[in-house]
Amino acid sequence: MPTQASPEASGAAGALLETRDLTKEFRGFRAVSDVNLRVVEGTVHALVGPNGAGKTTLFNLLTGFLAPTSGEIRLGDREITGMQPEQIAHLGIARSFQITSLFDQMSVVDHVELALASPTGLGYRFWRSSKQMRQFRDRATELLDQVGLADRSGAAAGSLAYGQKRALELALALALDPKLLLLDEPTAGMGLEDVDRTIALVKKVSEGRTVVFVDHNMHVVGSLADTVTVLQSGQVLAEGTYDQVRNDEKVITAYLGQAGEQHV
Amino acid sequence: MSQQLVSKVDVELPSEPSLTARRPFLRWVGLAVGLLVVLALPWYIYPPVAMDIAAWALFAISVDLLLGYTGLLSFGHAAFWGTSAYTTGLIATHVGLPFPVAVLGGAIAAMLLALPTGYLAVRRTGIYFAMVTLAFAQMVYFIANQWRDVTGGENGLQGIPKNLGGMTDLINSDAFYFYYAAIPIILLGVLLAWRIVNSPFGRVLVAIRDNPARARALGYDVERYKIMVFVLSAGLAGLAGGVFSVSHGFASLQELVWTTSGKVVLVTVLGGIGTLWGGPVGAALVVLLEDRLASSGFNGIGIITGAIFVVIVLAFRHGIWGTARNGLGAWLRSRRRTREDV
Repeated sequence: MPTQASPEASGAAGALLETRDLTKEFRGFRAVSDVNLRVVEGTVHALVGPNGAGKTTLFNLLTGFLAPTSGEIRLGDREITGMQPEQIAHLGIARSFQITSLFDQMSVVDHVELALASPTGLGYRFWRSSKQMRQFRDRATELLDQVGLADRSGAAAGSLAYGQKRALELALALALDPKLLLLDEPTAGMGLEDVDRTIALVKKVSEGRTVVFVDHNMHVVGSLADTVTVLQSGQVLAEGTYDQVRNDEKVITAYLGQAGEQHV
Repeated sequence: MSQQLVSKVDVELPSEPSLTARRPFLRWVGLAVGLLVVLALPWYIYPPVAMDIAAWALFAISVDLLLGYTGLLSFGHAAFWGTSAYTTGLIATHVGLPFPVAVLGGAIAAMLLALPTGYLAVRRTGIYFAMVTLAFAQMVYFIANQWRDVTGGENGLQGIPKNLGGMTDLINSDAFYFYYAAIPIILLGVLLAWRIVNSPFGRVLVAIRDNPARARALGYDVERYKIMVFVLSAGLAGLAGGVFSVSHGFASLQELVWTTSGKVVLVTVLGGIGTLWGGPVGAALVVLLEDRLASSGFNGIGIITGAIFVVIVLAFRHGIWGTARNGLGAWLRSRRRTREDV
């Protein structure tokens, strides 16, 4: 478990995740450009910005799904630049996906068991019975209970409602007991009620953890984030608390001004 | 077409638990019936043909492990079947070991070949994966064709002996007895495949098939799993190929040619992928059909099997076994519902 730093003390606390001049080019197009991000341990950090600002690309860089063109990424005092996704997952960064990404025919509880089994190496044992996976049943049920899916544990993931799929995504990320939890638009496409439930849920799971999330919903950002980083065209435009950022001139013109209809 | 096959892997399972998971007795009944059929086969079918069915059944199961459970279309599985056929033949001929040991040696040779093939192939997906496996298989074919001193070139390996200690005379006297001597090897392979599918490893394979990126984010080294299942699959294909060559007493280039790779994919899809038991059904159908057509002197076997393949794939997307299983499941569910209504 990571040591918990209270948000108040975080100014002095160490960075759990740090990027230095992180850049990703796609055929000359700079999706992420010289980003220096510093995520303080124990805080909830929001990434906001208009579509195409580079948020998801940044997530993919942080989790090894894309290799950066230049720059470096550090987790604690360890450089993780260029590592494979599965290695990064084992080092304690778990992510949820923007577009719900599950194994449709697998039951809900099997999903969580699979995630729990990942660090144990049980997956390689082709000569053992799959009943071995049941050793994770209690913990899986606990996690499902936490995200409000306990009554759906036997259902195939493909048959879940949208909000439930998002909840399962979160349970999977939590099953890896990550130091750093990356949530890509945890409330995308949700109704108001689900949004509030998700906010409460993320609040609960962020205790003792570091969370970085992307969301377009300013209500979500305002409720959850200790620090907000605003991205535009792949660059950091502003950074600070939610109140600092929302009053920043550059941000108002670049982002909030365009998206005035959102809950500001 | 190949890419189509890979993307059609999404077997539509009912959102309820599977048929046999809900009714454990059904699993045992099915198993007992299956075993009975396997043991009774040479009483009803010409024993060498029964042996061919069994060998092709395991061969198809090895392909299903990749195609149905991992979403990988190997178009070069003849390389493993054939490599084992030759290696088994060479061991049996030159070392004179009992044939099950020779078959085991053949399977190990197939797995050794699968290691570099898999290592390179798993870096690609879909049609490119199929092409890499095909390329390797062609390479093996040409080596076997050129290396006459060892493989006999176009003549193949002739006169592979059936050795089995004190029972050597018995199993050579009649193919009927050889069937019972060899069938445990096939059953062992089927058991291994069943265990792989129903293991923690099997769970990861299905996850990789359905969503590889997600599996990686959960910390699973997808490429390593693919190499492992590829090598295991080659081992099963090797067991099958070894038994086949001992049964026939020869190993020929026919075992390595690319159409054999194509035929086993056809057999597997015909039976139904992602089911394990589809392979044996497809194998029985194709081998019997070919036998009947050949003995009636008909020359266009490929036209018939090809036509059947097209019809089955169009009409029954889940193959013979998959369709039958889904039908049975629907029937049992509707029966339960009527009972509950009363």
